[in-house]
Amino acid sequence: MSIAAKTKTLQHADAVAVRSWKTPILLGVLALFAVVVFIILGPNGHATFRISQENDLWQVPNLVVPAKGVGIVVSLITLALAYLAYSQTKTVGKISRWVLMTFTVVFVIGLMVWIIGGTTTQNITLVGLFTGAMLITTPLVFGSMSGVLSERAGVVNIAIEGQLLAGAFTAALVSSITHNAFAGLFAAAAAGVLVSALLALFSIKYIVNQIIVGVVLNVLVAGLTGFLFEKIMKTKVNGETIYNQPTHLPDLPIPFLSQIPIIGPTFFRQSIIGYLMIILVVALWFGLFRTRWGLRVRAVGEHPKAADTVGINVNRTRVMNVLLGGAVAGIGGAYFTLVAVSSFSKDMTGGLGFIALAALIFGRWNPIGAALAALLFGVAGNLQSILSLAGTPIDGQFLAMLPYALTILAVSGFVGKAMSPAASGEPYVKE
Amino acid sequence: MESGALAIVSLSRRVAHSLEAWATRRGLCKDQHSSNITHNPTIRGRVKTLKLELRGITKSFGALVANDHIDLVVESGQIHSLLGENGAGKSTLMNVLYGLYEPTSGEILVDDKAVKFSGPSDAMAAGIGMVHQHFMLVPVFTVAENVALGAEAISFGGVLNLDATRKKIREISDKFGFDVDPDALVEDLPVGVQQRVEIIKALVRNSKILILDEPTAVLTPQETDELMDIMGQLRDGGTSIVFISHKLREVKAISDTITVIRRGKVVGSADPSASTTELAALMVGRAVNLNLNKSDAQPGEETFKVTDLTVMSDDGVRLLDNVSLSVSQGEILAIAGVQGNGQTELTEAVLGLRKHAVGSITLDGKELLGSSVRQVLDSGVGFVPEDRQDDGLVGEMSIAENLILDLYKKAPYSRRGTLNRAVIAKNSVEKVAEFDVRAQSPQDAANTLSGGNQQKVVLARELARPLKLFIASQPTRGVDVGSIEFLHKRIVAERDAGTPVIIVSTELDEVLELADRIAVLFAGRLMGIVPGKSSRALLGLMMAGLNAEEAQEHMKTQDAQNAQGDQP
Repeated sequence: MSIAAKTKTLQHADAVAVRSWKTPILLGVLALFAVVVFIILGPNGHATFRISQENDLWQVPNLVVPAKGVGIVVSLITLALAYLAYSQTKTVGKISRWVLMTFTVVFVIGLMVWIIGGTTTQNITLVGLFTGAMLITTPLVFGSMSGVLSERAGVVNIAIEGQLLAGAFTAALVSSITHNAFAGLFAAAAAGVLVSALLALFSIKYIVNQIIVGVVLNVLVAGLTGFLFEKIMKTKVNGETIYNQPTHLPDLPIPFLSQIPIIGPTFFRQSIIGYLMIILVVALWFGLFRTRWGLRVRAVGEHPKAADTVGINVNRTRVMNVLLGGAVAGIGGAYFTLVAVSSFSKDMTGGLGFIALAALIFGRWNPIGAALAALLFGVAGNLQSILSLAGTPIDGQFLAMLPYALTILAVSGFVGKAMSPAASGEPYVKE
Repeated sequence: MESGALAIVSLSRRVAHSLEAWATRRGLCKDQHSSNITHNPTIRGRVKTLKLELRGITKSFGALVANDHIDLVVESGQIHSLLGENGAGKSTLMNVLYGLYEPTSGEILVDDKAVKFSGPSDAMAAGIGMVHQHFMLVPVFTVAENVALGAEAISFGGVLNLDATRKKIREISDKFGFDVDPDALVEDLPVGVQQRVEIIKALVRNSKILILDEPTAVLTPQETDELMDIMGQLRDGGTSIVFISHKLREVKAISDTITVIRRGKVVGSADPSASTTELAALMVGRAVNLNLNKSDAQPGEETFKVTDLTVMSDDGVRLLDNVSLSVSQGEILAIAGVQGNGQTELTEAVLGLRKHAVGSITLDGKELLGSSVRQVLDSGVGFVPEDRQDDGLVGEMSIAENLILDLYKKAPYSRRGTLNRAVIAKNSVEKVAEFDVRAQSPQDAANTLSGGNQQKVVLARELARPLKLFIASQPTRGVDVGSIEFLHKRIVAERDAGTPVIIVSTELDEVLELADRIAVLFAGRLMGIVPGKSSRALLGLMMAGLNAEEAQEHMKTQDAQNAQGDQP
């Protein structure tokens, strides 16, 4: 009797093993969505993905798939994976990583085919999708690298938006006046540093709440550039707004590499800023995780007092990193006016600085992770314009929401628990 | 047989230690002041050691004088203990010495030369290393990264060369038998090992003087013994050690010299042979009765029962694993164990603060598990949480308000939703007098009180109602010795009034002082319940994860071995 009672309580105890049903439920809902939308409401006909361009080194034929057929396959796979997730949660308590990843990839493929199958032209160019995405991705990467630099050292950088905007404005103005795009680039970096200097001054020296300082700086830069835009850039000399006609940075395609389908036009047919971005991401990753500088920066961001007790100057490290971050974001801002579009316009960064912050969290404060997240946000953002060109029945406003919806999902922890540097946002004060 | 030989070796080593300590104390090496004899490596076969002197160190924070003209000489190759209560200014002094604080006045001399430290790096350069009470380790870094930090071995371009650091760690680890893996993540290591990492950090930087700030606070008795051994080895290797502690027994066991600090001033020095009572009196400033002299318990009916209690964390880790225990009326059950072995979860589960708890908790036959906190309190449970500043008090609110935090809803403290301020004030005056709370006024904010007085307020509130169960977690943590005496007496008085009492404490001294029975928790499991007068060694083994029978067995075989070793 007593033994039976004991085993009973033991089972009882095991039953409370903590299970999170959030993910299997979400997967189940998405799988049902696939069944209803991809199959029942799915388009007939085919979806065409154009891969190669005329001047590519070798030609890859277009990918043509039957929309409904893909819908059925995708629905079946997602249903199976959702069930697998359910049974794994029930027995093991944890869902394998590959299940989630396969689910995501398959679902996204299904979604793409469904959307494109539903457009009037029923075809899409992947090159356009990715090259257009870079217009968003590039400033996002610079912005998130600015975030990596300051948050890894323990300073929350909400002012990325302001740094980008200051960079964009200054680059336009200086490049217009000097007719030298590189002068504009340097000026943009300097402008970013200036915004950072204010952030560092108030948040590190005067210990004002870092988030408040960041928000205030964004408002300040938006107001200031808006004012100067009206007063200077709109001034016409001989009927022309000569202060807002920046000389652009030239494209520097890399021979051979730039002719690889998709990858070539996306990564190897860029201006100097695009190449700087790739170098920056790799260098920052190496610097943070393989060098003395990185070890110290991370220590300052995780446990400033420990860093102090081994003779590292915490606040100097923080100031240096915040300033460096400003320079990086300033260059990212220059991309707007020296590469992407022809001239500065008011508030042209349009909240990308905040999305950069999301990319930073999505990428778990890791330079490479953040860059990939920025790429994802870029593609999601560009999908909207590509689809409206292809003539999609889906409302443009709804598609415009996509990157932000993704952001919320990313930040709210669907990608796993985000581990921020432990001392991020906490000022370090010595008695 | 082999272990017998080992025992002899360790015995002879201990004899050598004490002979040396004796020689030092007797002044046989007195001439070190004048002729620098100890600094000559050939004479005593040691590496160069340092002599450290503090002269008239004063450190004030605003109006508060934490250190008041402190003079201290740490002779080379000695273990010098700084004894004092919490808040006496020991840590402040050491932070001054380590360059973390700048002294308001006074000077530091290393080898009779005045030095000025503007930061820890200066102190380290001068050969001073410190193991902080709260470890200065980055939890998400590996051991090697933590040791390297600030003194990194690098190759071209600032690229980290952790291999060099790993090699050094292994060397030191082997030399002292530390058993530390350079590639382990610090957050995964037990505190005892983390402490060794801190010591390695100091040794890698060639520290000649090692400051250990309350190093035993987080250790099991066995780990403490190991630390004592390590300290002895380090001293013999020529490292001077400043050992900061308020634990008399440890200070007596290891020191060559003892300096006692009270309220920021040096009040005297003592010989390790001084009695505990003497040392305590010096530390507190008056005669202290260290023995509670409580009468034997008169256990009545078993009214509080915990049966097969299991508590899970949010991510499915078993924090408490099938724990069953019971407490009778008029009895104190102490729950011993190293911090973080399920004690917090146990008390929180009783109070209804824990999700994912199964099993049964009954008081007077009534099931408490699943009840809200208010229902639990209303059924007659008094609870002193382990962290009085976060959970026990609302620091910004007045003492008077804090005294009725759980009773504010009831008459006479409130009527029809309005607080009766007169009654609350009257209550506070009574309680402040009864519990000897040293406050200017009961209307002062609770956070203006010292730790001991804050704890008295919490206790006064929790003991104000008739109780059916009283639970106190770490009732005297960070409390001065004088207040400890008072708090302990109140707890015993509650027991004698017939209440079942549970005390959770990580301090073995306190457990042995108060307990009628002792339950030991390890990794969320109950290692057994033993009588209140059990030996420290037995409890230590249980705290390290042996169950009661295994621990007793182990003690027997050890005794047998020692007996063998004593007869060569």
